[in-house]
Amino acid sequence: MSLSASRIPDSTDAIEQNLLRYLQSRTTTRWEPDRDLFATGGLSSLFAMELVVYLEKSFDVSIMGADLRLDNFRTVHAMTALVRRLQAHRAGGSGA
Amino acid sequence: MTDDQIAAQLAVLGAGVMGVSITTLALGHGLPVLLIDVDATKLDQAHIDIAKQLRLAQLMGARSAEESIGELVTSTSVHDATEATAVIEAITEVVELKSKSLSELSAVVRPGTLLVSNTSSIPIDELAESLARPDELIGVHFMNPPYLIETVEVIRGAHTSDATMEAVTSLLAILGRKAVVVRDAPGFVTSRILHPMINDAVRVVQTGTATASAVDALMQGCLGHRTGPLRTADLIGLDNLVDSLRVLHERTGDPGCLPCELLLDKVRQGHLGRKSGRGFYQYGEALP
Repeated sequence: MSLSASRIPDSTDAIEQNLLRYLQSRTTTRWEPDRDLFATGGLSSLFAMELVVYLEKSFDVSIMGADLRLDNFRTVHAMTALVRRLQAHRAGGSGA
Repeated sequence: MTDDQIAAQLAVLGAGVMGVSITTLALGHGLPVLLIDVDATKLDQAHIDIAKQLRLAQLMGARSAEESIGELVTSTSVHDATEATAVIEAITEVVELKSKSLSELSAVVRPGTLLVSNTSSIPIDELAESLARPDELIGVHFMNPPYLIETVEVIRGAHTSDATMEAVTSLLAILGRKAVVVRDAPGFVTSRILHPMINDAVRVVQTGTATASAVDALMQGCLGHRTGPLRTADLIGLDNLVDSLRVLHERTGDPGCLPCELLLDKVRQGHLGRKSGRGFYQYGEALP
């Protein structure tokens, strides 16, 4: 199932809020946008793969090559920046 | 055999959690793998899971995006393993099943082919009893997930030859694993210590002393356990844990190894851990 283009969050604030809601629902914990999710007392690093899949499905991006590294998923800020960059790249690359 | 010869055609038997993730480890290091399972549905699912696991390995820095990936071939017959240069058996932790499969594999491959059992607790000497060439068998206990955890426990049986030791050392070096060699015994080192400890952790939850998350939080925060015993149990698979505890209990008589009721109950309900989406924790959809 894919989301229509108009429903995909594509502003920094919307992406950030979406990610914070998702993390809270999956972990029953409130997270700050700049908190390291995988630091001591945080999430299992195996959860990072769930985040990759969630980002791809929710924001219509493909995360490949050098972008597929843990540092891009450590914080909500880092994930938001990655999504924004990939969305911008896709828009630029589509010739639209 | 040279390193190149050993790595020329790896066969992995069993497309369960461990067989699939050992296959991921090998493919991620560029080795071609023949993955064998009697269940074609499991082999279809393996293709999907391996693609995800290769991404996870890269995400965690366990392989680089530039490394080539080996070719994966699947089969439902051990008879396709005739050209294998090394074989890893990774089926259910039941001695009769493992012995039967190892015996079949040994009859199919060329004499001198490295034969590895990925057992977590069954003594290698017991498994070697079913083989015409017991000197070719060695135990390698990969930790889950094998493509992320570098250290492996290598179990040398009483019959294991020097040539087999050399071959497994070469294979593990190619796979980037750090081997720690131990003598044969029920549960070897890691399972003999870890599995009764997890069983005790489950008993603590069963008696209502603490929740699973509280047990893990204390073991992580106070004692430096990396994931906590109950998250570890979910990662191992609760059914596999019960099988392993039974192997230990039957062979050591240690009452601490008798699987506790809460553990058995979760297995009866199909709550097997991460692979089924639920164990001591909820994981949403089942994770590879």
